[in-house]
Amino acid sequence: MENATVSRGSRVSRLIDPLPIYIMWLREMKRMFRVKARLISNLLMPVLFLAFLGLPLSMVSMNGSEMFGLPPGVDFLDFLAPGIIGMTILFSSLMGGASVVWDKEFGFLKEVMVAPVSRFSILLGRQAGAMTISIGQALIILLIATLMGVNLQNSPVVLLSIVFMVLTSATFMGLGLILATKLGEMEGFMAILSLFQMPLFFMSVALFPLDLMPKWLGYIICLNPFTYGVDGMRGALVGISTFPLLLDLGVIFAWAAVLAGLGTHFFSTMEAD
Amino acid sequence: MNVLEVEGLTKIFGDFTAVDHISFTVPEGEIFGFLGPNGAGKSTTIKMLTTILNPTSGEARVCGYDIVRERDEVRRNIGIVFQDPSTDRFLTGRENLRYHAVMYHLSPKEIEERIDEVLDLLELRGREDTPINDCSTGIQRRFEVARGFLTHPRLLFLDEPTIGLDMQARKRLWSYIDKLRKEEITILLTTHYIEEADYLCDRVGIIDHGKIVAIDTPQNLKHVAGSEVVRVEVANGQGTKFADALRAVDWITAIEYDGHEMRLSVVGGERRIPEVLAVASQTGTPITSVELVRPSLEDAFLYYTGKTIREEEGSMQDLMRTRMRKRR
Repeated sequence: MENATVSRGSRVSRLIDPLPIYIMWLREMKRMFRVKARLISNLLMPVLFLAFLGLPLSMVSMNGSEMFGLPPGVDFLDFLAPGIIGMTILFSSLMGGASVVWDKEFGFLKEVMVAPVSRFSILLGRQAGAMTISIGQALIILLIATLMGVNLQNSPVVLLSIVFMVLTSATFMGLGLILATKLGEMEGFMAILSLFQMPLFFMSVALFPLDLMPKWLGYIICLNPFTYGVDGMRGALVGISTFPLLLDLGVIFAWAAVLAGLGTHFFSTMEAD
Repeated sequence: MNVLEVEGLTKIFGDFTAVDHISFTVPEGEIFGFLGPNGAGKSTTIKMLTTILNPTSGEARVCGYDIVRERDEVRRNIGIVFQDPSTDRFLTGRENLRYHAVMYHLSPKEIEERIDEVLDLLELRGREDTPINDCSTGIQRRFEVARGFLTHPRLLFLDEPTIGLDMQARKRLWSYIDKLRKEEITILLTTHYIEEADYLCDRVGIIDHGKIVAIDTPQNLKHVAGSEVVRVEVANGQGTKFADALRAVDWITAIEYDGHEMRLSVVGGERRIPEVLAVASQTGTPITSVELVRPSLEDAFLYYTGKTIREEEGSMQDLMRTRMRKRR
């Protein structure tokens, strides 16, 4: 008993606390697999996009890919698949980032916040879990896409797509976290979230090439961080990109650093109640 | 030694003073209870003491650690059972307990031992592998108490531990909390159930509008609120002679008579009833009924706040509702 008291007092909570981070990650995994409906619905939408938008337009594009502003001989499905993978990451990361604060609704946040674990570790654990789920889903979609006939680049550059997935996920988890810490207590927060995710998705190069868009929309597309994430994934996976890969990498990295950093700051200073 | 020392603790939200300069101490091993209506400031006090909210002013030390400057040490020494459910509903009881243990840096060996211990203590064996969602409210609550006790905290906070439970589940939980008493633990609980404070607490603080209006043992609080009263109904207003005879009795401290009902404040309880009846027959007074009324903690609450706890509740809820509306 004496010893226990001494060891309790002498420990100062560390910035990075590995076991608590691991158990928080594990919780996310367990929850994911226990709520099967969510798992299925998260995968269903991208698959529907690929099947009912990708496949028909792919057949049309066989008669002339120039119609879609694509280079000659490029299948539209090859173009679309990275966009849909990007979409999977965008939606699940926004939601995942917001969910840390959203735990508040269910009371669990308090249990986490009063534990002798630093806020930074709490965030790391939760976000690592959300990112694993997000990228796991993206990889499942990638697998389904290749089964549908998407031709991946035959080069190790394909692996670079994982880097883009991680950075895109970090960017939008940061945004989700910022929105949740600032607006999370508002009624209809879910609606607010979709108010962000839909324009981010459609005003990007996820569905159609930049050249096909009106000029005014083109400017907005170039400001959207999601554009660079998707463009990078596309460049790495199928070898088609609007911007040089290095530019994509630089821009999405900068966005990830700013948004994730800001989100972390807001979370660290947030009141637990 | 005092496990908890609070001095002038205050929390102000905008223009509303939720907790108003409260001071008290809780010695080791005691079960201390805050009794008050909803909105009296009990939960806000607990939130400050558990480092969830920062106080506006004042100080508090938990096991000697300052609640603002030494948060981590405070957190390591306390266990909390929140008013609202705070387990993960999709995880099982065991998973929730393990999660908690890891967050509090218990070693793998300790984790299994402690989980076994609290499962036995709260009689949760057989339920530990069911998702919390599928457990009854009473079992869910027991898992929360088990989790609060898991790390063997020196001070355990129970914020309205039995709220929302039916009477049977409530009494059951009381017996478990009573069992914890033997584990050399100090408990601070809040409640708006009079019987709960009376049954569980060594000392009770009556809190109203953010202020502590009285702190004492339940017995002493009742005693101050009023003495035991023998209520006698006299037929046909023939009690004057009877009252005069009773005035000479030394264990009767006060007599109220309205021509029909007579209230005698007595020392000595029910064994005074035959003596009262003897005086009645000596004076030839026809008695229709006799009853001994003991003061309850409810009377003590009434005495100190001027209202019953239920009246308070109504008005506070109205007040909170208007306040919530203003915030929107």
